[in-house]
Amino acid sequence: MTPRVRRRVFLVFGAGLFALLVWSFGGLPDFGHYVGPYGDLVNGLTIPERHSTDAVTTVNFDVRAFDTLGEDAILFAAVVGVAVLLRTLRDERERPRPDDEASERRIENTSSAVRLLGLGLVGPTIVLGLYIVAHGQLTPGGGFQGGVILATALLLVFLSDQYITLRRVGPMALIEAAEGLGVAAFAVIGLAGLIWGSSYLENVLGLGVTGTLLSAGTIPLNSVAAGIAVTGGFAFMLSEFLEQTLVVRRS
Amino acid sequence: MSVLQVAALLLAAVLATATALTREPLRQAMLSSFYGLVLGILFFVFQAPDVALSQTAVGAVALPLMILLALAKVRGGGE
Repeated sequence: MTPRVRRRVFLVFGAGLFALLVWSFGGLPDFGHYVGPYGDLVNGLTIPERHSTDAVTTVNFDVRAFDTLGEDAILFAAVVGVAVLLRTLRDERERPRPDDEASERRIENTSSAVRLLGLGLVGPTIVLGLYIVAHGQLTPGGGFQGGVILATALLLVFLSDQYITLRRVGPMALIEAAEGLGVAAFAVIGLAGLIWGSSYLENVLGLGVTGTLLSAGTIPLNSVAAGIAVTGGFAFMLSEFLEQTLVVRRS
Repeated sequence: MSVLQVAALLLAAVLATATALTREPLRQAMLSSFYGLVLGILFFVFQAPDVALSQTAVGAVALPLMILLALAKVRGGGE
């Protein structure tokens, strides 16, 4: 097939796709006119029935908590896949480049400004991540979003050129365990619904006072479990990539 | 639709096109990071702050970073 024929075939089918798109967009509800019943139902029940002020987190960790458990499992499988792909192969070994450890390096050092900014941001990033994980049922965010923010603290350490140091002193075994522990915690919290309620992942805890940190029953517990899983998963994936880039060499 | 929403939509369209048209992987990774950030802003001005948070963390930070690290490895990090 010559490029010219290929372009013609594309133009014919592209025009058809475009026409279908325009046609189907014509049938959508107008901008800002919501028609489905589910959003209104959820908005109506989050505060009276769940004492939670964030409808999205209520949906994620209560209304469809089982789906979220499935998503947790998907993340787990993806992280395991990355770990298997990026393992140290037989003809490779772990050896930080001499440059990275020597005090005088051939390649230019990261500037002091970047290092200071990076290290200075590690603390605030961790606090923000913890806040977002813990306030899942009150404000936008929750375990997933907070977990990813927490994991980016590792990236800031890498930016400030301290990854090799962190690797020596950091709790790498804990990071590896966190992903599995978080997913397991979510699954075990669900069992409480079977024991004290009527179905798996049912919200059986006391709902507390709306708007306080310990309200909405099992929603914050699930959110924290997901936060641990996501922090561990993303931090583990990042560290695997960093190891490959900074440490693993062909021998 | 407010001015802010129109601006966010336009900015997202421009950055998406720019990302798709860039051929150099390093630049593409940086552009996709900006695109992820703009998508986050877009979700925020359309009143979806939960999605905006996920989008910003994953699309603007995690994904471009993994591309960058893979590039660093391919380009001589692993000799």
